[in-house]
Amino acid sequence: MTYTIPFLLCLALPLAAIAGDTPPAPERQRELVHLVRQECGFCHGLRLTGGLGSPLTVDAMKHKPLDTMTAVILHGIPGTAMPPWQPFISESEAVWIVRQLQEGFPP
Amino acid sequence: MKLAIAPLLVALLGVPVLAAGSAETLRGTGDLGIAVERAQGSLQWLDTTNRISLGRIEGLGDLSHASAVFSRDERHAYVFGRDGGLTQVDMLAGRVVNRIIQSGNSIGGAISQDGRHIAAANYTPGGVKIFDARTLELVADIPTESKVIGLEDLPGNRFAFSLWDKGEIWIADISDDPRNPRLTKFTGIGTQPYDALISPDGRWYVAGLYGENGIAVLDMWHPEKGVKRALPDYGRGEEKLPVYKMPHLETWAMVGGKAFIPGVGRHEVVIVDVATWTQEGVIPVAGQPVFVMAQPDGRRLWVNFAFPHYDRVQVIDVPSQSVVQTLTPGKAVLHMEFTPRGENVWLSVRDANRLEVYDTATFRKLAELPAAAPSGIFFTPRAHRFGL
Repeated sequence: MTYTIPFLLCLALPLAAIAGDTPPAPERQRELVHLVRQECGFCHGLRLTGGLGSPLTVDAMKHKPLDTMTAVILHGIPGTAMPPWQPFISESEAVWIVRQLQEGFPP
Repeated sequence: MKLAIAPLLVALLGVPVLAAGSAETLRGTGDLGIAVERAQGSLQWLDTTNRISLGRIEGLGDLSHASAVFSRDERHAYVFGRDGGLTQVDMLAGRVVNRIIQSGNSIGGAISQDGRHIAAANYTPGGVKIFDARTLELVADIPTESKVIGLEDLPGNRFAFSLWDKGEIWIADISDDPRNPRLTKFTGIGTQPYDALISPDGRWYVAGLYGENGIAVLDMWHPEKGVKRALPDYGRGEEKLPVYKMPHLETWAMVGGKAFIPGVGRHEVVIVDVATWTQEGVIPVAGQPVFVMAQPDGRRLWVNFAFPHYDRVQVIDVPSQSVVQTLTPGKAVLHMEFTPRGENVWLSVRDANRLEVYDTATFRKLAELPAAAPSGIFFTPRAHRFGL
């Protein structure tokens, strides 16, 4: 019984939260920061203050649900200009990106 | 004492005047240009005759997605920055001479036909602002309640622009009174116009639509006939690929009555007959095109690509409509600019931190210049062309 409760808790937790517990390796983190600043920056701005895309500043991101934001990165938003990044970013990497955005994205 | 001071004054006052007027410092501006260093808010100051950088110009703010236009005497560049900055740069002195923050978030602008006014297209708050080109004093403010894209200068001292959120094209005529622009609005032109261009002769204003198939076309010779939709069947029923970088239309290639435009979400360049605005065919290429630019002689098109295929540039032969060369300068070729008559093309290779210069006839690389994460390259002859 003592093992059941944590197990159920695990199931109840969003998958993203679990995946996010293993941050990308430092080299990959640098690549992801570059990708967000440069490629996402085309629409969201190099300083992430927004453009054709929404602002991704700490103020804009800190209260957004982790799961939703992770899904937006991976699958895009149909009917908008936001494309799916799944071919290039894994789920755990997307979680890491959202957390960085919520805490203040590295330069 | 008087005797001692007088020569000193002459020396202090006279030297700069002499230096500025001496023959060795006189030069033209027709072979100058700038390249945006997008990450650090600076410009490389370029000489296209000697293929060198004359230095770095600093202090321009956030230049992600920056663009520039030139005064009609080619003396000044006006740089539009993401942070709403409008910066006037002296192309002879290589320095910033005036700078204002004109909005919260900007994307581009244009200079009027007579060179007297600068118009800036803004995202936040959405609208167009018009400034005196000499002083950068605000002359008129046109709120749109929408992000503004595709701001272009038209014959007759007019500007045209499109509204991303509303699907409209507006014309602002400042020929009578720049402080009170006369507005003409075209509604229902299509969903999410994402960029626009004016043809080199100033006749056709064309907006690309992101939210639906096709393009919106306004004939400036007959604006009373309204906006026509064209290419409505382009790509119909096909699944679009995800778009990781919006194509640019501004430097659209128009050659021999045909327009060559980037296919949105497709690995192809679309050939359009300009007389009828119907599709004539497609040219398969190595990725989703961002810029499709014609050499000034019209014989070849140079194409760069969106992420993740942006390490290469392809060259299309216009008569045979086929790819004749693929160059791989390196990751993130963001922009291309031809010298005035097109014997050379300059490329910005962002992640390699350099500009590269190629001979357009032989594809031989002629020069490499260091530049920090370069994006847009702008040469002064743009001063004399509509839409640039």
